[in-house]
Amino acid sequence: MSTENTPVKQEYNVTVYTENQIGLLSRIAIIFTRRKINIDSLNTSPSEIDSIHRFNIVINETEDVVRKVTRQIEKQVEVLKVYYNTNEDVIWQEMALYKVPTDTIAEKALVERLLRENGARAVVIRKDYTVFETTGHREETDNLIKALQPYGLIEFVRSARIAIIKDSEGFNCKLREFERSEPGQDVIENEFLNSRGKVFSM
Amino acid sequence: METAQQEVLTVKEPAPGIELTGSAALLEGLLIEGVDTIFGYPGGAIMPIYDALYDYMDKLKHILVRHEQGGIHAGQGYARSSGKVGVVFATSGPGATNLVTGLADAQIDSTPLVCITGQVFAHLLGTDAFQEIDVINVTSPVTKWNYQITDATEIPEVLAKAFYIARSGRPGPVLIDITKNAQLQKFNFEGYTPCRHIRSYRPKPIVRKEYVEQAAELINEAKKPFVLWGQGVILGSAEKEFKAFIEKSGIPSAWTILGAGAVPTGHPLNVGMLGMHGNYGPNVLTNECDVLIAIGMRFDDRVTGRLDKYAKQAKVIHLDIDPAEIDKNVQTTVPVWGDCKETLPLLTDLVQEKQHTEWLAKFRDFEKQEIDAVIREELFPSSEEMTMGEVIQTLNELTNGEAIIVSDVGQHQMVACRYAKLNHSRSNITSGGLGTMGFALPAAIGAKFGSPERTVVAIIGDGGIQMTIQELGTIMQSGIDIKIIVLNNQFLGMVRQWQELFNDRRYSFVDITSPDFVKVAEGYGIHGKSIAKREYLEDTLKTMLDHEGSYFLEIMVTKENNVFPMVPQGCSVSEIRLK
Repeated sequence: MSTENTPVKQEYNVTVYTENQIGLLSRIAIIFTRRKINIDSLNTSPSEIDSIHRFNIVINETEDVVRKVTRQIEKQVEVLKVYYNTNEDVIWQEMALYKVPTDTIAEKALVERLLRENGARAVVIRKDYTVFETTGHREETDNLIKALQPYGLIEFVRSARIAIIKDSEGFNCKLREFERSEPGQDVIENEFLNSRGKVFSM
Repeated sequence: METAQQEVLTVKEPAPGIELTGSAALLEGLLIEGVDTIFGYPGGAIMPIYDALYDYMDKLKHILVRHEQGGIHAGQGYARSSGKVGVVFATSGPGATNLVTGLADAQIDSTPLVCITGQVFAHLLGTDAFQEIDVINVTSPVTKWNYQITDATEIPEVLAKAFYIARSGRPGPVLIDITKNAQLQKFNFEGYTPCRHIRSYRPKPIVRKEYVEQAAELINEAKKPFVLWGQGVILGSAEKEFKAFIEKSGIPSAWTILGAGAVPTGHPLNVGMLGMHGNYGPNVLTNECDVLIAIGMRFDDRVTGRLDKYAKQAKVIHLDIDPAEIDKNVQTTVPVWGDCKETLPLLTDLVQEKQHTEWLAKFRDFEKQEIDAVIREELFPSSEEMTMGEVIQTLNELTNGEAIIVSDVGQHQMVACRYAKLNHSRSNITSGGLGTMGFALPAAIGAKFGSPERTVVAIIGDGGIQMTIQELGTIMQSGIDIKIIVLNNQFLGMVRQWQELFNDRRYSFVDITSPDFVKVAEGYGIHGKSIAKREYLEDTLKTMLDHEGSYFLEIMVTKENNVFPMVPQGCSVSEIRLK
């Protein structure tokens, strides 16, 4: 990775494949909090494999810190594998919901255009308010808040980030390796270590 | 890593389908894991387990401690002296929180423990019930793994996992919290199968031959290679493999305090201790060697001093079982991850037979300087008052390096680690990473249970002994035979030393008074003696060692002595001070 050893902070997407175990979220969270690293976004979800969970964590840190943190996460007994990627290496999305008074939208054609331009979709339309949804990158959802603010934005919420690694072939093959009592060489290591910075050997 | 305990495991399955309580199933599991000794303290939420234990008295020895912290330190001492997993019982709430210091200590020093805590009934979880705390969250940062059981059927599998996780790979403490209903619940116990594999857990990385080859190449080209070894050599039971490696390659080798004893003190390639109060040569020459070979050690800040001035000239080879340690503090040139019991023989095969006579002589030169500046006066003082060093020196002469030395934390610990003669591995038990005062007395009790055939000498300061002095009660009741030496300088010596050196002798709350220790010991039925004069030292130590049963010996030493050499905080290892 080109950012190797440069002390520049940037957003990293940490993807963690885990067993589904109570308490693991807290074990992962304390790895960050112990080092006073703020978790910008955290999402847990099922993965492509039944029973395997997937965490998407976003932090803003230097690669050196990210690498050390991911190794500590991978050390947790219930964690199968951890990857970290810059934003360029992933496809990512966040979803946002906006509650706006219905009358302003109905009255002001400008608002309607605004929503359309931002790719917002109405989820619920009631007499008193309408809830719109957008999905996209942070800047896109942020832009719409600013735009809606003058029109009486009642409520706003944004989801955690979910991200798919561009270069990944999924976890099915790897999992079969893990299930063997003597896993093969390609899964046993942190890829970070093997390639010493060239993170992805997958 | 295969421990001795693991090898003797046999799967003795009771008749399938026998109805047992969760508590009895737990104890059955402990028996199959080869557990013989439990350190514990009962309480409300763990009563069903203690009730079951009543029927297992002939098979499981339970040592009633006086405080849960004492219990867990005893478990640590047991694990460190025997290589087996230490087992500790405690009740919920305060019983569990009292384990936290010991868990943290075991986590940072990689000590295998399985702690069982009782918990309130499952239906009371989260209600602020009597003696309820969130043990899992409280102990998450200080355990390798923890798990709460609310249903008895989970007990055999979880216990098997706990033992496997505690002792495999880089060992560590594991805690199982069992709600009272699960302890009481009867279920169909179908036997206990030790765990051998967890799909999400990889105890040791697979050895990469190419890295071993690269490491061997670096070593063979090196003119001034230097080995640093740590506790990993002991935890991996790789003492023989390690010795073979350094003897073939002829490389001078120094140890971290937890690595002490893996190679006997008198071995010609053993050049001494690393770190803040380590030996002169190993510290200075760290910044002169061309290849640094770190084996089973983690470059703790007390070992490295200032990192940006640490061995910058050297190529670094790091052998470790924990991939997270590679590049954590020191950037490695060649990472040889894996169990050093496997990697060392591979490396030994590839390295050339050599003798680095000139290079080794350099260490000996520095040693001479250190003897002149520090060691002679410490071990054979010309002053009227006794020094800690001369006590250790006299003890060495009497035990001839055969005893297990358990030290507490502070000046006496540094002196004990620097000067104690150790002929065998698993002979130096001390709180290294966490620096837990109060560790030594209970750890010595555990160490004796773990190695009953060996002499156990606890060396403790006047501060540390008062932190867990209640464990004299455990000694009294269990009738265990340990020798306790309190080196009393009437100060919290290490902090006083720093205040003298760095805070203009502003002695802020380091002046500590002590009770009449002899009377305290005698109150516990332990033979006690206090001496302040050199003329009594040897005879009294002899009496202590010959005494049947425990012995409490207080030795009054110079009040304001400093431990040197010293790498001051924020300085490089080569800036080590002799005075």
